[in-house]
Amino acid sequence: MRRIGIALLALTAMSALLASWLAPNPPDRRFPDLLYAPPTPIHVFDDHGAAPHAHAWRLVSRIERRFEEDATQRGPLLVLGADAYGRDSFSRLLHGARATLALALSATLAATLFGAIIGGIAGYAGGWADAVLSRVSEFVLVLPAVYVALALRAVMPLVLPAADVFALLLAIFALLGWPIVARGVRAIVASEREREYAIAARAAGASATRVLMRHLVPAAGGYLRTQATLLLPAFILAEATLSYVGLGFPDTTPTWGTMLQEASNVALLGDAPWSLSPAAAIFLVVLGVNLVVQGTGRAPVQLEP
Amino acid sequence: MVRFFLRRLVFALLLLVCTSSAALFLTRLAPGDVTAQLGPNASRSEIESTRARFDLDRSPLSQWILWAGRAVRLDFGDSFLYNRPVAPLVIRAAGNTAVLALAALAIATLVGISFGIVTGSRQGSHTATLVGGASLVGVSLPPLLTSLIFVFFAARTGWLPPGGMSSAGTSDVSWAAWAIDVAWHLPLPSLALAVPIAAIFERLQSQSMSDAVQQPFMVAAIARGVPRRALILRHAWPVSLRPLCAVYGLVIGALLSGSFVVEYVTSWPGVGQLMYSALRARDIYLVAACAAMGACFLAIGTLAGDLLLAAADPRVRDQHA
Repeated sequence: MRRIGIALLALTAMSALLASWLAPNPPDRRFPDLLYAPPTPIHVFDDHGAAPHAHAWRLVSRIERRFEEDATQRGPLLVLGADAYGRDSFSRLLHGARATLALALSATLAATLFGAIIGGIAGYAGGWADAVLSRVSEFVLVLPAVYVALALRAVMPLVLPAADVFALLLAIFALLGWPIVARGVRAIVASEREREYAIAARAAGASATRVLMRHLVPAAGGYLRTQATLLLPAFILAEATLSYVGLGFPDTTPTWGTMLQEASNVALLGDAPWSLSPAAAIFLVVLGVNLVVQGTGRAPVQLEP
Repeated sequence: MVRFFLRRLVFALLLLVCTSSAALFLTRLAPGDVTAQLGPNASRSEIESTRARFDLDRSPLSQWILWAGRAVRLDFGDSFLYNRPVAPLVIRAAGNTAVLALAALAIATLVGISFGIVTGSRQGSHTATLVGGASLVGVSLPPLLTSLIFVFFAARTGWLPPGGMSSAGTSDVSWAAWAIDVAWHLPLPSLALAVPIAAIFERLQSQSMSDAVQQPFMVAAIARGVPRRALILRHAWPVSLRPLCAVYGLVIGALLSGSFVVEYVTSWPGVGQLMYSALRARDIYLVAACAAMGACFLAIGTLAGDLLLAAADPRVRDQHA
């Protein structure tokens, strides 16, 4: 089970890394006669032997979105059809994995880092610092994450360049993610600091920072890994949700969330199941993470975000 | 017990004040204000009078003081988008969200717990493996994905309406016909919301059930010749309920977060939708009222969770007594 999960995650990571080579078409290229075109069937044999290729779609009716295969011509390969602007969905899916996964990974790193530091300080210092930090993290934890992310994003200018959106969402996700990590790290550090090795380190004259960073936070390593694997899918989903409702990346940037906007048109969705392909990609990543986590023992249950 | 409730009440009030005030300040400090909704051709005096009507010509602090002063007298201000007081708007939307969330919670509880009892008490059987696999898939299907998939199937098959809460033109029919119409629209969004929660319930119930059947009192009960059905349902199940009740209070957050997505995808007119449109339009008092309503839901949810936990576990009851 665990191997399947790792394979799924590795596959996603590879396709994101190798997107430029794997994608049959440039993600921004528009084919003006192929708006909403269905996937092209792949033909293996031609007159000269085996050579996988796709025939061109000939537009029969623009308004009914009907296409016919034109066997005389080769056309662009559209594994998952084309979107409303005639862009290749499969290529956009591969390139979209980059933005989505890069954001989710860096947000996970940031949240884990802040959570470890803040939780470590709270657990080590105790007293009023612990009380204040714990109350703050409890307050953030109790709020429904999606609403907070929505509110924080919505009060920023609605139209922003992609790089600014990346930084903004990273900040918002890190802000929402750290309390989850900090709470556990605090508990671990608070109990570990009374252990002999920590006392020995202090007796040997190690500074508080050194005891905390070299001895106590590493003790929470296993916990941090588990939390990081659980935060990753949550952030992937958060990006998808925000972009889907139009508060994430601008829709010229391919991400899984912006691609899902295609699926928001119910009338089109019924005829174009392939517009759900970003949803399938998200599902596979989340499933991969769950398989990996479950393989290590009992699945920790995460309800939010 | 009374002290415990008082503490809860104080916390709930604090949460209410904090979230709605934070929402008010956030919206106020955000770039742009509600006058953008007037369009580019609005006259200067029109913009000025709108700003004055929503206290936008005052400083944020004095606006907050005015708003808070009216709010304690249960006047939560007007909405610009709907041009009427926000209280009835938000209460109506909250009712819709509550219907959706309660239906989803009922489905998740029924399905999750009954399957969890089966899989937990029959570890290693084919049924357990199958259900375990299904709930692993369910855990990996957040409401955004389930609602899109269900809308796709509804659009494809036409078995259920793919969105909305009632059909067009049902506003003047009888109350019963309207209720049937709403009931027809309810399964899709509530199922979409229920799938991941049902899967989590199933996993939790399965784990705690398989722990419970290994307890010594079970051996004693088997030795006394208690039939298997009663063994599981009367002896093991009540013991296994504790971790589940502990999660019930947390589920409310997941339900609220999930219901925003489901409401958006399936056009269910709940608090999430209202808050979204209010945020985008910078409809300041509507945002604050929606945040307050969300805090109310949270407070009610955590209270219900605590009560359940106290009912399931005598130790918790004694602790707060």
